[in-house]
Amino acid sequence: MDSKTVINVPFERAQVEKLKSGDYVYLTGTLYSARDAAHKRLYDSIVNAESGMTMGGEAGNKTTFSGKELYEEGILPLDITDNIFYYLGPTPAKEGQVIGSAGPTTSSRMDKYTPLLLSKGLVGMIGKGKRSQAVIDAIVEHKAVYFAAVGGAGALLSKCIKKSEVIAYDDLGTEAIRKMEVEDFPVIVVIDSEGNNLYETAVEDYNSSK
Amino acid sequence: MNIMDDLSYLRKETLVRKMREIHTDIIVETVRDMCISANLNLALDMEQAIRRAAETEDGKLGKQILGQLIENMDIAKEDGIPICQDTGMAVFFVNVGQDLHITGMSLTDAINEGVRRGYTEGYLRKSVVADPLIRENTKDNTPAIIHYDIVPGDKLTITIAPKGFGSENMSRVFMLKPSDGEEGVKAAVLQAVKDAGPNACPPMVVGVGLGGDFELAAKLAKKALTRATDSHSDKEHIARIERELLEMVNSTGIGPGGLGGRTTALAVNIETYATHIAGMPLAVNMCCHVNRHVTREI
Ligand code: SF4
Repeated sequence: MDSKTVINVPFERAQVEKLKSGDYVYLTGTLYSARDAAHKRLYDSIVNAESGMTMGGEAGNKTTFSGKELYEEGILPLDITDNIFYYLGPTPAKEGQVIGSAGPTTSSRMDKYTPLLLSKGLVGMIGKGKRSQAVIDAIVEHKAVYFAAVGGAGALLSKCIKKSEVIAYDDLGTEAIRKMEVEDFPVIVVIDSEGNNLYETAVEDYNSSK
Repeated sequence: MNIMDDLSYLRKETLVRKMREIHTDIIVETVRDMCISANLNLALDMEQAIRRAAETEDGKLGKQILGQLIENMDIAKEDGIPICQDTGMAVFFVNVGQDLHITGMSLTDAINEGVRRGYTEGYLRKSVVADPLIRENTKDNTPAIIHYDIVPGDKLTITIAPKGFGSENMSRVFMLKPSDGEEGVKAAVLQAVKDAGPNACPPMVVGVGLGGDFELAAKLAKKALTRATDSHSDKEHIARIERELLEMVNSTGIGPGGLGGRTTALAVNIETYATHIAGMPLAVNMCCHVNRHVTREI
């Protein structure tokens, strides 16, 4: 790609299908940070709520909620519908900094929780590394997208984050959920909504070009 | 007091006076500084290896990613931001001279206090949970993992290697059989690299421990990561295997970021030890391009 493609986030669902595995794009807009511990809490909250468990732990009626309902019912601290999660646990910000070092963490640890979150409307994820087949299937089913940011480029990526505010799970420290405004945040589409996987094709393409 | 008691007291005195003393205050300060500097600046050999790789890389995305890593190192240095947000668990190799006397608190407490201060005052991430299942963050990145060796002399040599877990999670121990031979070693290392792929933030540094027993192999593999990328084993046949394995790893095409290219690893470092007639333990400790290590002698 020669010219720089900037995409505003969050984006319309229709936009997802235009993103193709291998595209190098820049995101501008709102992202939410969430990694291991936050994922576990979100996941457990949904599962408990939908199993009909009351606050007292008694079994009630099974229900399913949409992402919006989960938020409105106070089950989740944010409406994940059409939003993007950045798998990130930053270093602390110094005086005058928006955020500390802020690169992606390994995505596969979020695999267990991801299909459920995608079914509730999450549209995109930014991380690094391979995903499970279950996640790839869920990406195709719900028309979502998985981006990679460059692992280990936390200082560089922190420069693209213009605002950052903890909005939930403050007690988790670096693992809290942050709402972040980003500008020209560089990512590569790894798994697109058709299930094409750059981690497989890129290495094959490189090797066959030799 | 009789004359015999008096003499033994004198003998002890002279002995004690010969020993060099270090107070743990100095150790705390040194460790604090090492934590911060390791996370802000890559060792020169690592930095140069990445810069060289950027020139020779011929994968399109791979080259772009190496360019970003160089930019990242420069920003980290200029703005004092950690190179990577995973500032690791603090792993130490400490050589204690047997003629050295340490005063103050215990050496282990001093190292942990240095880590506490370094990670707090240096704005580094606290990535340690006290219990593997309960998982409550200790909030100061302690405890550290400390490997001690008693050595001749009266110096204290401390190496810190903050270790990120994206790559640590891709590490493996193989209990190979003697009959597996050199080929078995190479196949296992290559398999570990392929399994790690993009998860270990390539370009990687591959630390290999060969020989010893189950746990020593793993410790040697970690120690191998603290060697310079341009160093070689002083055993000729091992140095050859290091070279050949690097070539094999860089023929996988995994490349920077796992997105295709020739720079999958910057180095394969192998450390060996004697082993049992019945076995050939092999550990592969994966490290990413943020292979941090700093050594100070006190
Ligand atoms: S594997 Fe290394 S470069 Fe990648 S996130 Fe972890 S510490 Fe950083």
